[in-house]
Amino acid sequence: MALSGIQIYKLLPQTNCKECGFPTCLAFAMKLAAKQVELSACPYVSDESKKQLAESAAPPIRLITLKAGSEVKAGNEVVMFRHEKTFYNKPGLFIRVKASDPDLAKKVAAADAYKVNYVGMDFSIDGFAVEADGDLTSAVKTIRTVTKRPLILMTKDATLLDSALSLLAGESALIYAAESSDYEPLADLAKKHKAALAVKADSLDALADLTQKIQAKGVEDMVLDSAAATLSASLTRNTQLRKLALKNVRSLGYPIIAFPCDAKDEGIAAAQAIAKYAGFVVLSEFKPELLYPLFVLRENIYTDPQKPIQVQPGIYEINAPNPESPVLVTTNFSITYFSVANEVEGSGLPAWLVVTDAEGMSVLTAWAAGKFDAERIAKAIKGFDLASKVGKKQIVLPGHVAVLSGELEEELPGWDIRVGPREAVDLPAFMKQALN
Amino acid sequence: MPIEIPKDKWTGSIRAVTIGGTSAEGGTRAKSVTVGGQTSMPYLHYEALTPNKPVIAIEIKSHKPDDWSPLLAEAWGEAMAEPAQWAKKAEEAGADIIVLALTLADSPEDAVRVVKSVLSGTGLPLIVWGPGQAEKDNELLVPVSEATKGEKIVLGICEDKNYRTIVATAMANGHLVQSRTPMDVNLSKQLSILISDMGMPKDRILMDPTTGALGYGIEYGYSVMERLRLAALQGDAMTQSPMIVTPGFEAWKTKEAKVGEGVPEGWGDWKARAINWETLTAIALIESGADVLVLRHPESVKRVKDAIEELTIPA
Ligand code: B12
Ligand code: SF4
Repeated sequence: MALSGIQIYKLLPQTNCKECGFPTCLAFAMKLAAKQVELSACPYVSDESKKQLAESAAPPIRLITLKAGSEVKAGNEVVMFRHEKTFYNKPGLFIRVKASDPDLAKKVAAADAYKVNYVGMDFSIDGFAVEADGDLTSAVKTIRTVTKRPLILMTKDATLLDSALSLLAGESALIYAAESSDYEPLADLAKKHKAALAVKADSLDALADLTQKIQAKGVEDMVLDSAAATLSASLTRNTQLRKLALKNVRSLGYPIIAFPCDAKDEGIAAAQAIAKYAGFVVLSEFKPELLYPLFVLRENIYTDPQKPIQVQPGIYEINAPNPESPVLVTTNFSITYFSVANEVEGSGLPAWLVVTDAEGMSVLTAWAAGKFDAERIAKAIKGFDLASKVGKKQIVLPGHVAVLSGELEEELPGWDIRVGPREAVDLPAFMKQALN
Repeated sequence: MPIEIPKDKWTGSIRAVTIGGTSAEGGTRAKSVTVGGQTSMPYLHYEALTPNKPVIAIEIKSHKPDDWSPLLAEAWGEAMAEPAQWAKKAEEAGADIIVLALTLADSPEDAVRVVKSVLSGTGLPLIVWGPGQAEKDNELLVPVSEATKGEKIVLGICEDKNYRTIVATAMANGHLVQSRTPMDVNLSKQLSILISDMGMPKDRILMDPTTGALGYGIEYGYSVMERLRLAALQGDAMTQSPMIVTPGFEAWKTKEAKVGEGVPEGWGDWKARAINWETLTAIALIESGADVLVLRHPESVKRVKDAIEELTIPA
């Protein structure tokens, strides 16, 4: 748990020597508690105090980074519910492949190349989980010819792992998984190769016991598998794990790995894992029709509730507009902007898209909140000096705010105000038919 | 050292609400459906069991909709033109409740006729929605309400601008109401207060916090629902109604579900993606506390029902 200013003060020399730049140790302690200064600014802190302060500053859930050519992070979460603050590290989505698969290279390459865009953000898979049902070393060699993404190696065979991990020097892979009967050689390997180690047990007591033993062997980076087989069991275990970690039960303060690939309904299990506390999610195969909705769900759940995803207000030129092209008006909520921009772009028709500052709200939300009205639209049109860019002076309003057209005519004399369709999907047809 | 598992001790609980009147209550439903009653956050069975599972309502319309995805038309086929047939097929597909949405084309007589025909086509409890324009809603829902006394129908949709007439007729005829507010905890509470101030018993209110589809604002609905559920468990009486949400309506509005051609290749197979869109929207809402989920595609219904079974068996 984070310490208060007073608790930190008790750990400082209390000499008020001012070398840290603050008049008293207490003032410095307060700044430390607020995370506005570094402890190193005080040259006199004892080693014992340093250790205590470092422990208290450690996040309740250890940050685990799997790294190769790209990296994926899990952990460092601080709340049970996203509205309490936000969720930080989006769970990595991994695709499971089999070492014995004759099409391994092809399958990995296809999944590796996958890229999909959602409101201006590109998503791709985070890595591969390799099942060692065949020659793991040559599988890893093959995989490394087609992808640089982080790997999870799924075997308990220490000899196999040792040679496979030797091929991955400089990377941080994840070994899956140590259990109470076999953890020692795996912990040694994790240490030797600087890999993270997944720890599996079917009760929280056993998990905590195991992570402590493994930590005693010098391994810090662990990931938990609570071996839950049903939606109900995994919701229960993951919730308990998150709660205990936030209560500073250090032995359970690690990210969770989930295996929707083994569930009855993979999509549903993966969705639950994303919403409810998983840090790494292993899927059975590369299926865009499932990956895309999962990426979107992950983005939605991990969006900071305090700031909606926004785009910069301004004039966006689509398909090289000229003075004869229409001016379309919308808000700066990312989802709104991209729904409209994608449709117009896809239509091949040129347009000036004016994005007003509606504080990141959708058309109707902004309208209901008074952030998207005739006055604001007129101000944007004038502010961006559209009159100097267009000759036709034709403005298209979103159909949902048709009521604004009268007022806007008054605000912008000389402009031709049109009401567009309600949904962006219908914009191309509208632009072709109604605007010519 | 054994780990002590922390448990929340809540003082509040969700109200149990029963939809549908059997012959004992002067209705004709083969059985009624009860939702609510929870005393913990969703499915945390180590704190409390789930007394009533969430249920699935399938949405049908009084007239064959012309703007629904072709995938839905393919799934329901001919039955879409005949509400009683459609309701029957929905029952076979696993619905626990039928949502019948009336349209602007319906006259009051049409509305009563179609509601009665659906009641005879299925033994399931019914939710009836007006077409969504205040005056027209009142014009249709009042005669429907009067003609179906005893059936314990849920009348919707009550919003802040238009709830009085609907609540009054629901009270007079023993029905329930669906109280909808736009994704805001305080607005939900306010409308619940207004409705119960009219004298409506609290166990005849379903709370509709409004949801967005996956990719189109679901995170707002998700968090508002978690906050409503937490408030309810902390003892706030005006948030203790079971929640009804409309993932089917929202998901099938999206381009991802509606459109099969000219979309990015990365979206994958159309049908599978569209059903995933609806199913995953529904699952996220189940995790955040939904009690009644209104869906559209039979395959989503099957997947979500299986998930509910799995979630409600104590771990
Ligand atoms: C998510 C949401 C919110 C989120 C905000 C999300 C955001 N960042 O904007 C939150 C929870 C914060 C919110 C708050 C409120 N909301 Co709200 N909200 C919604 C919801 C569920 C979805 C909105 C959304 O994201 N839509 C998706 C985007 C992409 O849609 P869009 O911007 O309209 O864009 C589409 C079209 O308009 C068109 N389009 C866009 N631009 C253009 C341009 C042209 C030229 C053309 C032709 C077309 C076009 O293309 C897009 C795709 O088709 C809707 C209900 C619903 N299901 O639609 C209610 C809704 C918009 N909210 C509503 C209300 C009343 C409010 C509040 C005032 C409630 C309150 N008092 O607190 C507040 C206002 C905000 C505030 N005071 O801070 C009402 C508005 C009612 C009305 N008709 O006036 C709605 C309709 C709900 C309802 N049925 O009552 N809301
Ligand atoms: S430098 Fe250290 S000892 Fe000196 S005042 Fe600052 S905190 Fe106190």
